[in-house]
Amino acid sequence: MSSTTNTSTNHTSTIGSIGTPSRRNTELALLVFAVAIPVFAYANVGLAINDKVPAGLLSYGLGLGLLAGVAHLAVRKFAPYADPLLLPLATLLNGLGLVAIWRLDQSKLLQQLNVAGGKATNQLLYTAMGIALFVAALVFLKDHRVLQRYTYISMAGALVLLLLPLVPGLGADLTYGAKIWIKVGSFTIQPGEFAKIVLAIFFAGYLMVKRDALALASRRFMGLYLPRGRDLGPIIAVWMLSILILVFETDLGTSLLFFGMFVIMLYVATERTSWIVFGLLMSAAGAVGVASFEPHVQQRVQAWLNPMKEYTLSQQGVIGHSEQSMQALWAFGSGGTLGTGWGQGHSELIRFAANSDFILATFGEELGLAGIMAILLIYGLIAERGVRTALAARDPFGKLLAVGLSGAFALQVFVVAGGVMGLIPLTGMTMPFLAYGGSSVIANWALIGILIRISDTARRPAPAPAGNPDAEMTQVVRPS
Amino acid sequence: MNKPLRRIAIFCGLLVLSLLLRDNWLQYVKADTLREDPANRRVTIARYSTPRGDIIVDGNPITGSTAPRSSGLNDLKYKRTYKNGPMWSPVTGYASQAFGANQLESLEDGILTGNDDRLFFRNTLDMITGKQKQGGNVVTTLSAAAQKAAYNGLKAQGGKGAVVALEPSTGKILALASYPSYDPSAFAGTSNTDAEAWKKLQKKYNPNDPMLNRALRETYPPGSTFKVVTAAAALENGLYKSADENTDSPLPYVMPGTTTELKNEGSIPCKNATMRIALRYSCNTVFGKIGADLGNDKMLAEAKKFGFDSEQFTPVRSSASVFSDNMNQSQTALSSIGQFNTAATPLQMAMVASAVANDGKLMKPYMIDKLQSSNLDTVSQTDPEEMSQPLSSANAQILQSMMETVVQDGTGKNAQINGVTVGGKTGTAQHGVENSANPYAWFISYAKLPDGSKPVAVAVVIEDDQANRDDISGGGLAAPIAKSVMEAVINSKK
Repeated sequence: MSSTTNTSTNHTSTIGSIGTPSRRNTELALLVFAVAIPVFAYANVGLAINDKVPAGLLSYGLGLGLLAGVAHLAVRKFAPYADPLLLPLATLLNGLGLVAIWRLDQSKLLQQLNVAGGKATNQLLYTAMGIALFVAALVFLKDHRVLQRYTYISMAGALVLLLLPLVPGLGADLTYGAKIWIKVGSFTIQPGEFAKIVLAIFFAGYLMVKRDALALASRRFMGLYLPRGRDLGPIIAVWMLSILILVFETDLGTSLLFFGMFVIMLYVATERTSWIVFGLLMSAAGAVGVASFEPHVQQRVQAWLNPMKEYTLSQQGVIGHSEQSMQALWAFGSGGTLGTGWGQGHSELIRFAANSDFILATFGEELGLAGIMAILLIYGLIAERGVRTALAARDPFGKLLAVGLSGAFALQVFVVAGGVMGLIPLTGMTMPFLAYGGSSVIANWALIGILIRISDTARRPAPAPAGNPDAEMTQVVRPS
Repeated sequence: MNKPLRRIAIFCGLLVLSLLLRDNWLQYVKADTLREDPANRRVTIARYSTPRGDIIVDGNPITGSTAPRSSGLNDLKYKRTYKNGPMWSPVTGYASQAFGANQLESLEDGILTGNDDRLFFRNTLDMITGKQKQGGNVVTTLSAAAQKAAYNGLKAQGGKGAVVALEPSTGKILALASYPSYDPSAFAGTSNTDAEAWKKLQKKYNPNDPMLNRALRETYPPGSTFKVVTAAAALENGLYKSADENTDSPLPYVMPGTTTELKNEGSIPCKNATMRIALRYSCNTVFGKIGADLGNDKMLAEAKKFGFDSEQFTPVRSSASVFSDNMNQSQTALSSIGQFNTAATPLQMAMVASAVANDGKLMKPYMIDKLQSSNLDTVSQTDPEEMSQPLSSANAQILQSMMETVVQDGTGKNAQINGVTVGGKTGTAQHGVENSANPYAWFISYAKLPDGSKPVAVAVVIEDDQANRDDISGGGLAAPIAKSVMEAVINSKK
């Protein structure tokens, strides 16, 4: 990819000039597949469940196609040098998620439980809102470095978002345990999904300024560079924040995600391995400490270690136990290598959250090992394109923001998929793009929008002469 | 900053790799274990996803499958139905969406659902031609006429009881009735009504225990019907060589090693009576002494040859009937008249009558004639199998003539059938503390046609709490039912 950049720098063409290898046509071709595959899957579900091509196929296909088209045109116009893979990959996942949600909408059981039924239409609406935010990010955020100005506002914003679910009357206790939703009118919002992006902006802005202090002013001890006491402040603060989330919102996933994201960004900013060691030690201490007195966390760990016992207890009607973990494992196992095919599995047995937290089990049962491997690779590809963007970015803020967002994305995929597949204890988060839920879809489209903006800046041929060509260097030495 | 970025790229790759490895473990290595886990509801869903095969009697199915109109949340498509459920439930058992399956429905589940390996070829063919998978059939040996006579007889009688009828020459089970019974249709589904019906049938809530299969799973003291076994032991061991030889039987008879007198019912001519007379009047003294004279070992050996002390698999399992070991002479004497520890299932006593009728050969009792695939090809066929020979052909004929006398002139007159020779033995078994409970009424018999063939052997037992104690006697309560069952078999052969 860097060779592409080099070749384009050789041209003396100006920004956005026609004929430069912007890869927009590659993106368009991939998008055609990213829309066609879900449309085909949608027809498959209808044929399997009702023996006929679903009536909504045309409107669904047109809807998804239109949204993808609008997003593509926006990228073509406002970020012509953006990474060509991010948009098609996200579109494909979003489209497949819609199909799975529609498939679960057909389940009478889930309709009765009010878990499914008409949710695909809602999700299409959320997708439209997500794409709108994506386009808005491209239109209004001409340069991602603008976000740097909002470093401390972001911090305040993130704190407010995270604390919202704890406000009495606003927090909605939707599931057993995790308090991560707020209720506004008839909508429920998961502020944590948005906080993820806002926190990444704060971390990137803060670390860009402080990184030299954190990296250089340290003592060497037993092969590790120990930070000075006062530089430990921020990491302690974030650690405390994570612990507080874990204690008050009983949300293991979110606290793991934020702390992991911070450690990744800290490591990238300072290039000091010692931070990773500290981070791991602190997160382990925090997790064990909280687990020792928080019954909700203990129960999740028990369910992870012995899902069958948990299932039996839930069948006996013992309050506070859930059959979901075992049902998800059965769904995966019953899918086997090739899966039952769309619409022919029984993942509705998972009941509650079958189309949100546990949607991966539906894919596992109906598309099998093959389908899950493909989906995991798509997620992996998105994360790697994000890190690639960070590598290509020319400014440290862009690098940090890009790696923070893609690292958080990868961590979230790992925590959710690992939880559903029984690799780690289950947490209350959702698969980006696949799962039902407005907050998740909208926030992740915004995340992709920001990555696309950074990648556009990174891959743009020859920095604009009108801009500040020495931005990077001056920023390094600029005092805070 | 690029060096740590590359490391983060590798870290993200490792996260995805660990997920991939876990998924391969889950969906490849552990897939079969998870898929076939009985607690995995998909197993039940598959069982009821296609019409279940039928259980067949005399060419007609006694079961069925319906797909109820979308019953809300039920994810099980087909529901089992039973024709005349209470009459046939001792044969079929039940297959319930909510409460599992037992007896034939459970034992032959593979054939009935179509999942049996023996149907693999058929299923593969159906898959290629796009036909829906269908279950195979279980063809039973039962006779609808005999079963009806047995069940209706018990029902008219009103007390608890059971009837077993066998074909002596093959061991085919012709009737297997138990009363009170239950209708497995009542709880075949998953609704609240089904759950309520199931609850009401449990012994906890229903002292009559209608779900107990008395024909196979309940053991009763066989009383005087056991004297047939004792007589067989006497003949086989050469204690007495004929039915009309005077036995060495004092009256009153004090059991060896005790001062207790073994009493007869009423004043009957038992002193030194022949075995024929003793069986006709049901002399406790004569057969008690035969048992004591032969001793525990010889009696036990003979009882075991008739099938005592082992479970029978028809293939539905029956409880083991009991003749004890390590008894002293007086205990052996009591056991030899069907008291003390001796206990028998109705199936066991039908086997005794059957072995005598079949000239001494005991055929293994069975109720599955053959298994069929959905297109009626035979998958497997049961061949009659000789289980043992409790007595020689000559001795069997002596015993037959004794049993025929019982029906001709003795306690079993109620079982006489015009134009047919019937051999039988009544029994009235005492039980309870100090024999205070109402006794069980027994009757075992077989029918011999003029051409010499013996198409049926029957055992009937009735436990009637309501009846007047004096009325209970094998001849009075049980023999008429045995008679109608024998008649039903004979008429259906014509």
